[in-house]
Amino acid sequence: MVSLAEYLILGAVLFTIGAVGVLTRSNGLILFMSLELMLNAVNLTFVAFSRFSGRLDGHVFVFLVTAVAAAEAAVGLAIFVSLFRLHRSVDVDELNAMGD
Amino acid sequence: MERALFYVFGGLAVLASLWMVTRRNPLTSALSLVVAFLALAGLYAMLQADLLFAVQLWVYAGAIMVLVLFVIMLLNLRESETRPKPLGAGRFAIGALVVAAAAVKGLAVLGGVQSDLPVVDARFGSVAGVAEVLFTRYVLQFEIVSILLLAVIVAVVVLAKRRP
Repeated sequence: MVSLAEYLILGAVLFTIGAVGVLTRSNGLILFMSLELMLNAVNLTFVAFSRFSGRLDGHVFVFLVTAVAAAEAAVGLAIFVSLFRLHRSVDVDELNAMGD
Repeated sequence: MERALFYVFGGLAVLASLWMVTRRNPLTSALSLVVAFLALAGLYAMLQADLLFAVQLWVYAGAIMVLVLFVIMLLNLRESETRPKPLGAGRFAIGALVVAAAAVKGLAVLGGVQSDLPVVDARFGSVAGVAEVLFTRYVLQFEIVSILLLAVIVAVVVLAKRRP
């Protein structure tokens, strides 16, 4: 039987990988995918807590997080498309129009 | 058996997400993220989250990743302009220190976590079970999300429309 702590450690590891991706990558799309990975790591801890407490509230949270993540994906990718039209690149390090 | 499945799905998720973060080609990253999402869906099935298993496959591995792949192919990104920047020694040391401190603190907390598995009936995690909680206790949040989705539809059309 797998314990709750193991699910939480797995969620923490995935969240850390996602955070490292957000901090080290400059490609906007990979940065965006790292954010999605972080959301999924939190979702895993929600589902694990829900199972080990026997209540369904965590499932509802994951459902709402998924809806917000889908909305974020649509807006973020639309921003990247219009960004690419302006700069011919999605490198976030080149976005310094407001100064360093 | 359950432990073996946990290590298969968990290891697959960790490996695929490491691959996602380190690849230079965004297309490779996106496809390995799909693998990570599928592994997480397997973990949801192990935790008896039937509805979330389906939602993970449809919305994450399906809709969101198809959107990401579509944009990557639409922008036709080349590998040359996506070189990962090297992490300096100082920043790496700070990051490792923060992770180590969080791990020490977190493992101390996890030692006290009770993990006796409560017995749940067949409704746990099913569409009917989740819907009952969603449409009674969290109905306000549900309505707020529906307003958000409407706003996003309008915002995306405005953002992505080519200006004359």
